[in-house]
This record gives sequence, C-alpha cells and structure tokens, in this order.
Amino acid sequence: MLTLRINGLDVRAEEWWTILETARFYGIEIPTFCYREGLSPWGGCRLCVVEIGEGTNTKMMSSCTYPVSQGLVVRTHSERVIKARKVLVELLLASCPSSKNIQDLATKLGVQKVRFKVDNEDCVYCGLCIRMCAEQMDAKAIGFVNRGGKIRITTPFDRKSDVCRQCGACMYVCPACQLRCQGTEPPQVVCGSCLRLEPTCTEFYSDVMCYMGAEGNCGTCVREKPKAKE
Amino acid sequence: MLEKDSLHDKLAMRITGCGGFCQSEPNIIIYPEEIYYQRVSADDAEEVISETVLGGRVIERLLYADPNTGERFVHLNEIPFFKKQKRLLLKNNLQVDPTSIDDYLVANGYSALSKVLREKTPDEVIDEIKQSGLRGRGGAGFPTGEKWGLCRKAKGDVKYVICNADEGDPGAYMDRSLLEGNPHSVIEGMVIGAFAIGACEGFIYVRDEYPLAVRHCKIAIEKAREHGFLGNDILGSGFSFDIRISMGAGAFVCGEETALIASIEGERGTPGQRPPFPAERGLWNMPTDINNVETWANVPLVVSKGASWYSKIGTERSKGTKVFSLVGKINNTGLVEVPLGITLREIVDDIGAGIPSGKRFKAIQTGGPSGGCIPASLLDLPIDYESLTEAGSIMGSGGMIVMDEDTCMVDIARYYTAFLNDESCGKCLSCRKGTQKMHEILTDISEGKGKEGDIELLEELAVVTKETSLCGLGQTASNPVLSTLRYFQDEYEAHIKEKRCPAGVCKALISYYIEPEKCQACMICLRNCPVEAITGGKGLVHIIEHDKCIKCGACLEVCPTRFSAVTKLSGLKAPEPVLQGTKVIRKQSGETDVNA
Repeated sequence: MLTLRINGLDVRAEEWWTILETARFYGIEIPTFCYREGLSPWGGCRLCVVEIGEGTNTKMMSSCTYPVSQGLVVRTHSERVIKARKVLVELLLASCPSSKNIQDLATKLGVQKVRFKVDNEDCVYCGLCIRMCAEQMDAKAIGFVNRGGKIRITTPFDRKSDVCRQCGACMYVCPACQLRCQGTEPPQVVCGSCLRLEPTCTEFYSDVMCYMGAEGNCGTCVREKPKAKE
Repeated sequence: MLEKDSLHDKLAMRITGCGGFCQSEPNIIIYPEEIYYQRVSADDAEEVISETVLGGRVIERLLYADPNTGERFVHLNEIPFFKKQKRLLLKNNLQVDPTSIDDYLVANGYSALSKVLREKTPDEVIDEIKQSGLRGRGGAGFPTGEKWGLCRKAKGDVKYVICNADEGDPGAYMDRSLLEGNPHSVIEGMVIGAFAIGACEGFIYVRDEYPLAVRHCKIAIEKAREHGFLGNDILGSGFSFDIRISMGAGAFVCGEETALIASIEGERGTPGQRPPFPAERGLWNMPTDINNVETWANVPLVVSKGASWYSKIGTERSKGTKVFSLVGKINNTGLVEVPLGITLREIVDDIGAGIPSGKRFKAIQTGGPSGGCIPASLLDLPIDYESLTEAGSIMGSGGMIVMDEDTCMVDIARYYTAFLNDESCGKCLSCRKGTQKMHEILTDISEGKGKEGDIELLEELAVVTKETSLCGLGQTASNPVLSTLRYFQDEYEAHIKEKRCPAGVCKALISYYIEPEKCQACMICLRNCPVEAITGGKGLVHIIEHDKCIKCGACLEVCPTRFSAVTKLSGLKAPEPVLQGTKVIRKQSGETDVNA
C-alpha cells in the first residue's frame, strides 16, 4: 500500500491504482468522459485532469492514466483545475451540443455559455467504442483514421468489416450519439433544462473537502470563496 | 576531366555531406588552401581546374561576397558565417565522405568507442556523460547521463536504444544533415550509449522523407558491421549490439518519444502516459533510451575529449554546442553550430549577416512550429534551455525562423496553429479542439471579424491547451499564440479594433490603390493583373476595381519604381476612384495634369 495526499486528505492506495481509482474509492468525484470501468484508460477527454505536486511546481495530469506513487500530492478541485475543466466542457459543447451527457456535464460544472464556434459534430473522438470493440468484444473492427482535425473513427478502408458482428456495443458505450438532448434549440448551445443543481458554496477547494455531500447547503462551511487571481 | 589532364594521381576529389551554408551551395573547397567557391555549376569545373588548381589563381566571381559590404572572402575560415561558429559536430560534414568508413576512421572515428570498450566500465561512461553536462538536443533538455543512468538501473532482460531522427519541424534540417553527412558519428554514439546502458539492440527512427539519410545510414551500418563496430563481440570486447533502421511515415507527433515507440511497435503513433517513462518501460515494455540524433553525435566527442573539456563550452546549465537551422528573412541561411550561451543578436547579425534588402528585424521563432516568437527587444538573450523557456519559447530541436517587418504576427500564429491542428494526433480534446478553435479565432481576427474579448478568450484557451494536454506537442502547441500575444498584442489590437494589419499581410484588411496623380497610364499593371481588375487604357488613369481585386499585389510589384503609383493601404478605405475616362496629359517635363 502507498500513501498519498488528495485534497489535503492522507489516503492509502494499492500500487497499481490510478489517481482516479483512488479518488473514486474515497468518494471524491472527478468528472470523466472517455473513461469507463472495464476498459483501459485512454486519457483523451482531459476532463479528469488534476493538479499534482506542491508549491509552484505543480503539473496538470489526467487522473485516469496517472499511476499513484508514494507521497504524491493531488488536488482534484483546485482553481486551476476547475478553470481548465470548464474550458474543456465548452470545447465538448462546441463539438457536439446535442449530446445529453455533455449538456449534463456542462450543467454540473456550471458552464453557461459557449464562446467558440459550434461545429454540431456527432463524434467527440473519445475512443470508447474502439476500446469496447477491441477489449470487450475482441473484434477490433473499428479504429482511428487520420490525425488532428481530420481524425475519424471507422472500419479499415471504410469497407464493411469482416470481423464486426454488429453487436452494437460501440453504440451502447457512446457518450455522444446515444442520448440526445431534447431541450436545446440550434441558437442556444447550452441547454441545462433537465439537470439543475443548486449552486455550490465553494466552486473550488484546494485543501478542504466537503464531507457532508451537501455541497455547502448545510451551513457549516464558513470558508470564504477564494478570490480569483487575474 | 581529372583523367584528361592526368591529374587523378595528384588530386583527390571527395563528395561530402552538407556544409551547412545553404545560401552558397553547391560549393567546392580546395585543400590545402581551403579556398571556398560558392554557387558553382558544372560549367565552372574546367575553369576551377585550370585556373585555381593548376594555375594557383583565385577566381574572383566564384568567391563568397558579403551581402552588406560586398567584400569578397577567399578562405573558408574567413567567411563571417563560419568564423563565429564553433563547429564540433558539423566540422566532419565537410571532410568526410558519408559513404566511406575509412574517411571517418581517418578523422579519428570510432576511437572513442574503442577507448570505451578497452578502458571504461559502463558506469564510468555514464559518469563521464553526467559530468559533461550534455543535455538532450531534441528540445526538452533532459540530462543525457541521467537518462542513461535510469535506463541502466531499470530492470529488464532486454534493453533498447533509439535514435530519434523524426525531424518534422518546417524549416529545420540539422538532424538530416548529420545523418546524411556523417552517419558514423551517430552510430558510434549509439554503440557507446548501448554499452553504457546494457542494450542489445538499437533503432534509428528516421522519416521516409529523408531518402538520402536513410541510404547513408544503411551503408554506414553495413560498413560498421563489416569492420566489427556493430554485431557480435564488438572489437573483441564481448559486447554485442546491432542497429536497425525503422522508417516513419512523416507524422510530426512521432517525434514524441512514446508515440515514436508506438510507431516502431507497429501501432498508431499516439503518445501515451508518462510515467512510466520509456527508460523504465518503453519499446515492447522494456527499458528504452531515446536520444536525438544530435545528442548521439555529441557522445563520441565527449568521450574522446573528456567531460571537463566539453563542460567548458556553453553556459552554467547548458553545455556544449547546438546546431540551429537559421532560415527565413535572413541573408545567410544555413546550419549554424554555436556554443550555447551565444546571444540571438550574434546569430542574426554576425553569422546571419542581417535581414535582406535593409528591412527591419521583427521577431525570431525558435524551436519549430511549437516554439514562440522572440521580439527584437530580447535579441541580447543568451541562448540556453532556461532562458528560451522563460521568454515563452523553447529550444526545440533547433529551428530558427527570422521574421522581418513585413511579417504579420497574427498570420504567423494562425499558420502555426493550423499546422499543429493538422499534426496533432487527435487524442486529447484540448489539443485537437483547442488548436482548431484557436485557429478559428485567429482566422476571424485576420479576416477583420475579430471581436472585443477575442484576445482574452484566445489566451484562456491557449493556457488550457498548454496545461491539460498529454504530450509535448499539445503542451507547446499554444506557444506561437501565447508568445505573439505577449510581445505583439498591439498587432492583435490593430486587427480587432482598427481592422488594420500593420504589416500589410492579412488580405481581408488591405487594399491596393493607384494614386491618380502619380499614374502615368503605362499599362504595365493593367496587363499584369491576373483577374483584369484594373481598368483604364492608354492615356487614361488606371483604376483598381475593388470587388474584382484578389489582392495578389502584382500591380504593386510591377509598377515602375520611378512612378510608384500603386500603394498598399491597410485599415484605410481606398479613396473613391476618379471618374472613368479621366485623361492624363503628359507634359514635356514629365509632370502630369489630371483633367476631368
């Protein structure tokens, strides 16, 4: 067992755990999008980024892929992390606003507007379908094609695959194309109509945890909201 | 010709690799005098033989002339481009035939290897490299000795060394020149490294776009095998090691070490999580040491001349020399090898001989597409890993692109984000979408559609892309944006607020205008306009029709300088054209009157 510190808490973890697994074990919620239990972590959506290290020399790492190590110091909800996650959700929203999963994430993280051009794509290239196909269905029927802005997910040479059994697992795991958000109209990118959460008392916390699960509504939390550094 | 004059037993001709002075190539160097002839052609051969070789006379017109003073130089070492350099690695490029191992042996090649195998233990070699202060030349600057030490300590039945020759930066070609011009130095470095680490196999990962480098490497590996520098029981020491060549398909991201490993394994070139670092778990999950071409080429030098000699060159934290490829708006383009700690000004003004046609220096981009632009105010910056990072750029693999006053920094940032969006592997949302959105915002700004708040949004997105991306590509992808925002924010503001491009580059923000008072109705621009957007005729003032104009600038280029009637306007609306049919009456004195 290793000891590490997450949000000021000393926690113990098995050597082969990742930061995300450790945090989830202790009930600390880190938002994810391309992560799914039972599939190998990919680290593509970057939503699960956490701040590791201490002092001025901290780094942002995706917690789903980062292995724990002895004495590691992790912050899952620091100011820097929350700011980055919001921009990332904005990017997700700009790619695929019709996905209910993304709309829910946006509401949870308090993203209220999208400042980028909206692409209305259907795929966010999280790679869940590819991993599902390869790791659970043992088919490897689909994969990434091209790179960068031209990336696509398809069968080899866009032909009907010989190994695909049409099991539909790829569609089952897809976080973008399966659940459609019914609320949002084309001019309004952020929906937020079906999942409304009470505003939290502190948006980010570097070294404290809310143990009540009430997100500050209990009234015991007297900590002032840290001033945003500009 | 040598045969004809029966000179073949008196003269030897050798074809060498690239000397690095691209501006003056192809060239001939005549030893022992070291007479340097530039831009020679096959037609000059006869004259060179009869005049210089036999006659001992120097052919003036083939000498290098300083672009600013016009002074001509006879000998290689007198030329300012070479004089200021410290050519430890590139020196042999001019002396060694890359396909001949004998040439390399004559130049003391493989002596470092035999010294290592005879006299040193692996730990001593690693200590030597550590003490020399040699740092990775691929860009990040990780201490090479330490990397080797980690890899040596890592547990694994098999260990690998890899030479990273996947040089994908636009305008950078130092690794290529080393592999093409002196492949044995890289191979020797790799064998020494493999001995120190305990590796049994090595790979040279080189791009398929470098056919000559691949060919020379193949020849060099074969020759080295024949001579017992590679293969089983090297030089009778009992140590065995061999090198294979692995060719990449030209993906920029495969220069990142985990993506490179994936590519060698036959997977898609996608970076993976570090830690575990390749030194612990790399190629086929075995400890792997990856170093850049230039780093490997430095190794024999450190071993043969000693760590204390090597560590005297450079600054306190950055030792040795570094090869940069100096390109862009500069008089002397080429490969320059300088001791670290030299200032940018020395490179630009002394070695590069300044900016052509008297233009002003604006910025220099170091480190390739993901480097930052350093402005004129920081020209006295000494070049080392830390100072460049502090200035918002990176050392990178050593590209240096000089920009003059005619370069628009918004346009530059736009170009590089487009490049990086194309070359991103597409894994991380932050890098794939981040570069795409940065490019969209920059395109808007350059097209005059920039809004209030765009600069802040751009900065916020750039910081998130930098912080949250997995690999080096994404982490540095926002450098072009962040550095231009830092040093040239006024240009961004001019684009957004005044809809003006100060450098006159962004097509949507400029227009061409023919001043009726100056126009001599000579018909030159009218004939040269590719879209027939200029109206007028003989004796009629020419007028540009702005809805037809594609802003190619041809009219500006062809308008005779004694008239210079065409001007480029930016941010200003072109004045209303004078009435059609306006006549130009030419007077004897050359003055013109415009009458409606």
